[in-house]
Amino acid sequence: MSATFEPPFAAAQRPLVIGVGNRDAGDDGVGLVVAARLGERAAGAFRVLEHSGEGADLMSRWGEAESVVLIDAVRSGAEPGTLRRFDATAGPLPALGFRHSTHAFGVAEAVEVARTLNQLPRRLIVFAIEGANFAAGAALSGALERRLPYLAEQIFGELQTLSSESR
Amino acid sequence: MKTRTIKVETLARVEGEGGLHVTVKGDAVTGVKLRIYEPPRFFEAFLRGRDFREAPDITARICGICPIAYQMSAVHALEDAFGVRVEGALRDLRRLIYCGEWIESHTLHVYMLHAPDFLGYQDSIRLAQDHPEEVKRGLRLKKAGNQIVTLVGGREIHPINVKVGGFYKVPTKAELATLVEPLQWARDAALETVRWVGGFPFPEFDRDYLFVALRHPGEYPFNEGRLVSNRGLDIAVRDYEQYFSEEHLEHSNALHSVLKGETSYFVGPLARYNLNFDRLSPLARQAAREAGLGPVCRNPFQSIVVRSVETLYACEEALRIIEQYEMPDSPAVPVEPRAATGCGCTEAPRGILYHRYRVDEQGAICDAKIVPPTSQNQRAIERDLGDFVGQHLDLAHDELTWRCEQAIRNYDPCISCATHFLKLHVDREA
Repeated sequence: MSATFEPPFAAAQRPLVIGVGNRDAGDDGVGLVVAARLGERAAGAFRVLEHSGEGADLMSRWGEAESVVLIDAVRSGAEPGTLRRFDATAGPLPALGFRHSTHAFGVAEAVEVARTLNQLPRRLIVFAIEGANFAAGAALSGALERRLPYLAEQIFGELQTLSSESR
Repeated sequence: MKTRTIKVETLARVEGEGGLHVTVKGDAVTGVKLRIYEPPRFFEAFLRGRDFREAPDITARICGICPIAYQMSAVHALEDAFGVRVEGALRDLRRLIYCGEWIESHTLHVYMLHAPDFLGYQDSIRLAQDHPEEVKRGLRLKKAGNQIVTLVGGREIHPINVKVGGFYKVPTKAELATLVEPLQWARDAALETVRWVGGFPFPEFDRDYLFVALRHPGEYPFNEGRLVSNRGLDIAVRDYEQYFSEEHLEHSNALHSVLKGETSYFVGPLARYNLNFDRLSPLARQAAREAGLGPVCRNPFQSIVVRSVETLYACEEALRIIEQYEMPDSPAVPVEPRAATGCGCTEAPRGILYHRYRVDEQGAICDAKIVPPTSQNQRAIERDLGDFVGQHLDLAHDELTWRCEQAIRNYDPCISCATHFLKLHVDREA
């Protein structure tokens, strides 16, 4: 809990980073791990939320900020550790990229339902990180572990852009 | 003889993923297999050696949709081991948080996962295009359940406030009162939902199921009761393992539960409803009747109506608890570990969820057994599919495939719970 008073409009102006995934399923946790790393560098410039990816709840969280950055693992056959960026407010997410989801009503569906209901945030940037191993109880695979600094740096750059846009 | 194979490698719109394989030869069904792509037993192994106090938080990670169910079964099992009873306002708070989870889970299933089937939509996105107000209603109704879980549980996705003996912190009466307005709206929305789904077209399908659920002398069951069936079973939770066992079938990583002497049994909303209809609130019973249900429902396609009725009940029960709540002096009762074995069985949204823990004198867990509802329904699902396909072989292939998927969704299976985890690996066969 914060001890300082923060007017609500200030919170909405800061980008919201949502790391999506499951730490108990190998590379499915990479979204959470990257989000946590970003949180260490936030210094109040943006907020970080860790989330399971349940779509209906994600939709209600988007309402908390004007700009949202969502980070999730995907399985699409690309090289493990590949980072792809989608501007979800500009058009539909490619369905195949998000076949990997721990819930049937997950990220991709939530984005499209929100679009239909006019409930997307003003900006929604989705970062998809290609995972290799999603086994129960597995640790993050070596390929992703090595890429963490790069992944965090790329997304941090996006956050800096979003922060400067909102001023 | 010609063999038709209906294969859906991965099912859309159930929690987690699973695969269905049905083989037909001529006009007979020769095989049904429900495939679960998960390795088993990860969490049971992970619990070994952990302190008993960690069990609610560890097991809550098993399912993102029903973490409360896992926490409730865990704390009741450990309290059984240590001879601890949680009564009064703390007991009510546990029912209240469970109401929140039922509202969330059932509503998500009814609106986003199952309603599209009955209305002819491929997914909830297309449903939202044509019926935005209904989908908004469903999302807002689900959110009311979230609000209960957040307020009582401390965090929405993995509640951190539940512990053996009670809670870390309990809400004041004023804090609970903030839920009244959203829940009054939710109760009305839930009634609208029963009316909405009651009008859906339901295929004729009737099976003489063996239903199993909790039953309690004074209430619709959540956390406590005896285990009963519609064929004379009436046992204490402690005797579960004498009557129920698990078998591993080679095509599935989940263990299939069997009631000894029977081939399959059915847990979940339909089982609860049929065995506890008289315990529902008057409004819930009335809504069920108006939607075309009697006190007994054996059509699994109508489970969407039963889930909606239970959602309505949960809204009313939540309001009732909040209204009579007085903040207890202490958030928890004292707990002293001892070397013992304890069992707990509570009604998760999808049905009975059984936990058993063996604990040493320091309170470390020696071993754990967790039997989720979906794994208990495996055989019933397979049998239903066999029967359903056998009765509808005249349908075109695509239509029949889609209907099989719909039939599985009747059970609202949580594949990730059934094998404790989700692993995504799609075998692309030619």
